[in-house]
Amino acid sequence: MSVISPQSSSIDLIKLEPIFETYKKVVRGSLIPVLQAAQETYGYLPSTVLEAIAKRMSVPISQIYGVVTFYAQFRLLPRGKHVIRTCQGTACHVRNSSLILETLKSNLGVTPGGTTADQQFTLETVACLGACSLAPVMMVDNEAHGRLRPERIPEILAKYRS
Amino acid sequence: MKNLEDLPRLTGPEELEALKTRILPRIAIRKDPNAKPYNDITHHVMICCDTGCASSGSRDLVAAFKEELAVRNMDKSVEIVVIGCHGFCEMGPLLVVYPDDIYYIRLRPHDVGEIIDETIINHRPVPKLLYHDRESMRPIVRYNEIEFYAKQNRILLANCGHINPEDVEEYIAYDGYKALAKALAKRDDAESLLDEVKKSGLRGRGGGGFPTGRKWELCRQAQGDKKYIICNADEGDPGAFMDRSLMEGDPHRLLEGMIIGGLIIGAQEGYIYVRAEYPIAVRRLQNAIAQAEAMGFLGQNILGTDFSFNIWLKEGAGAFVCGEETALIQSIEGKRGMPTSRPPFPAVSGLWGKPTNNNNVETWANIPGIILNGGDWFASYGTEKSKGTKVFALTGKIRNTGLAEVSMGMTMREIIYDIGGGIQNNKQFKAVQIGGPSGGCLPESMIDRPVDYDSLIEAGAMMGSGGLVVVDEDTCMVALAEFFLSFTRDESCGKCTPCREGTTRMLNILNNITKGKGKAGDIELLEELARNIKLSALCGLGQTSPNPILSTLTYFREEYKAHIYEKRCPAHHCVDLITYWIDVDRCIGCGVCRKKCPVQAIDGSPKKAHTIDISKCIKCGACIGACRKNRAIFKK
Repeated sequence: MSVISPQSSSIDLIKLEPIFETYKKVVRGSLIPVLQAAQETYGYLPSTVLEAIAKRMSVPISQIYGVVTFYAQFRLLPRGKHVIRTCQGTACHVRNSSLILETLKSNLGVTPGGTTADQQFTLETVACLGACSLAPVMMVDNEAHGRLRPERIPEILAKYRS
Repeated sequence: MKNLEDLPRLTGPEELEALKTRILPRIAIRKDPNAKPYNDITHHVMICCDTGCASSGSRDLVAAFKEELAVRNMDKSVEIVVIGCHGFCEMGPLLVVYPDDIYYIRLRPHDVGEIIDETIINHRPVPKLLYHDRESMRPIVRYNEIEFYAKQNRILLANCGHINPEDVEEYIAYDGYKALAKALAKRDDAESLLDEVKKSGLRGRGGGGFPTGRKWELCRQAQGDKKYIICNADEGDPGAFMDRSLMEGDPHRLLEGMIIGGLIIGAQEGYIYVRAEYPIAVRRLQNAIAQAEAMGFLGQNILGTDFSFNIWLKEGAGAFVCGEETALIQSIEGKRGMPTSRPPFPAVSGLWGKPTNNNNVETWANIPGIILNGGDWFASYGTEKSKGTKVFALTGKIRNTGLAEVSMGMTMREIIYDIGGGIQNNKQFKAVQIGGPSGGCLPESMIDRPVDYDSLIEAGAMMGSGGLVVVDEDTCMVALAEFFLSFTRDESCGKCTPCREGTTRMLNILNNITKGKGKAGDIELLEELARNIKLSALCGLGQTSPNPILSTLTYFREEYKAHIYEKRCPAHHCVDLITYWIDVDRCIGCGVCRKKCPVQAIDGSPKKAHTIDISKCIKCGACIGACRKNRAIFKK
């Protein structure tokens, strides 16, 4: 199982307490919000965190793993400093988003889901960002870049590189 | 805008009316150019800050306005109002200045000074910042005279772009929560309210088009100590963003629709299941729910009556299949979002085993208008079997991208050419894709038919949520079908074999075809697989997954044949079937293409013909764009 990640030993589980506190009152259906809040806190979901959630919420770890791997939002591995999410929606597709993805792949040297060796960028694809009128679109962290052209990619990446 | 604790708690319809009367002077200058200023505020500058305009830079515009107004000591007399989507996203960031009612487009922060000098101080438009009519090139001052808006009928989006979505009082000023007060007065006769919904002829706006009134009746009649309603705001269809815009631009309308729905159906709780990819919509809904609770539109004893209702927000975690109602229910319960077989239908046994009614954002948001103006009013728009209006998201190779609300029954040609302005860059129209991954593509020969639920099904497509993606001669229809299949394959939950294995098999065949490895019999095999999946998959996602293939096979079979038998992509799109070349006789060795190439595949000395290293070339087309003048680079 790919749950085991290298950073697991240095995870501070105390940070989970306020999350459990918030969702204590919600009797049912709080697993996904708890996982979302945990990921917000740690940036991803390390195995120790999943185990702590399983114990506290009395949900089998197998069920949690099933939920985590079902939804695109959850990540079991840490991400780079900047997250690039390139839109693969229909409107972006017909405006050649595949070329944007190809250019990103060859510039960063990673495939979707991968993180560059220098931990600067994680490349992800997303089904639709809902900013179809600006297609093709990608988000770097929380900033949207629209009306992209392949030749603009290197300069956009340079802005974030530090 | 007031803080939560300063909002009055209303205990009856008279208090709502009185409050509205008190608020109206505040926004009077937006409705009447001669209205008296309120609290010395002489101008309202309405700036769209929803996802589309924000990514075009509208937040910088807000900051620039605030700074410039403060410097000139005008910040007390000019109010900056952040609004939701105006619909014309192509032209963002956009703003409207009241009382002069002047509509500006594609603004940059450095335009702010001129707008203040000319429009705010001297009440004159700045012509260069106005929209210019495409044919006459005449500048247009008021937005409703622009071709994009002129043919629309914005009854659902009436407030979008006209009110501050974070200020409940502005919603009230535009008759907000009046329908709720009316419904509460008739709560002992909920049957008559249900009759209005039935009479309106409203059908589910999320895709299927099931009559809303009948759906509600089933849940209302179901036995259960507790009932739930759900708003499906997991707008997953790529190419559709009308629900996002509604939530961002007019969130209280959705809440009001749900509260009335709860009253009619007899539910005590409602859930809004919203995509986490829509952070602005989530924030606006949270804010709206808090305001509605503070004012007594939500919670215990709504507007002083014995009716109580609560709404909870649930953020989705990124799974397209959760748009399917049984999968959505599983997801709210905290499980993997996999569909369950029906019966039992959610109306009988849904969320936590209780009767549950699920509608999408656009459906719920239509309810206040229907209750306030009557079912007959709503039914006066549209066609015989499809009543009211529908919001379409216009995207793809169309000039005016954005949101357009039109009466049902308008032809696709009017939507694309009159509202959408036709095809970008004077290219040739090829097809319009409607209904997302479950829908189909309509060719030129089908676009003169009136658009409604039934005509689209007849033509081999479906309404879906109303995303219209227009494609031109450069789009390969086989690759488009491949795109949708790869989407449904990725999003298949894996529960039933026809969908899990069938989409994978169909995608493999399409991959081969676009790579030039197609063979005789592929088309027939695709059709056989498609028929079987349609008949045997568990849920709507699986059953409709072959539609993009079937509709492109119906209307664009020749393109499939060209790929398979001639190893040729007629649209010059499929990269394995094309190569880039430099014409040595035309190339002047200017080196622009070499600099533009993102992967350094072009080489050559100055003033000598350049060459492309085919092994490095990713066929992105950047060089063709760079070489427009000499046209020395081509693909074949």
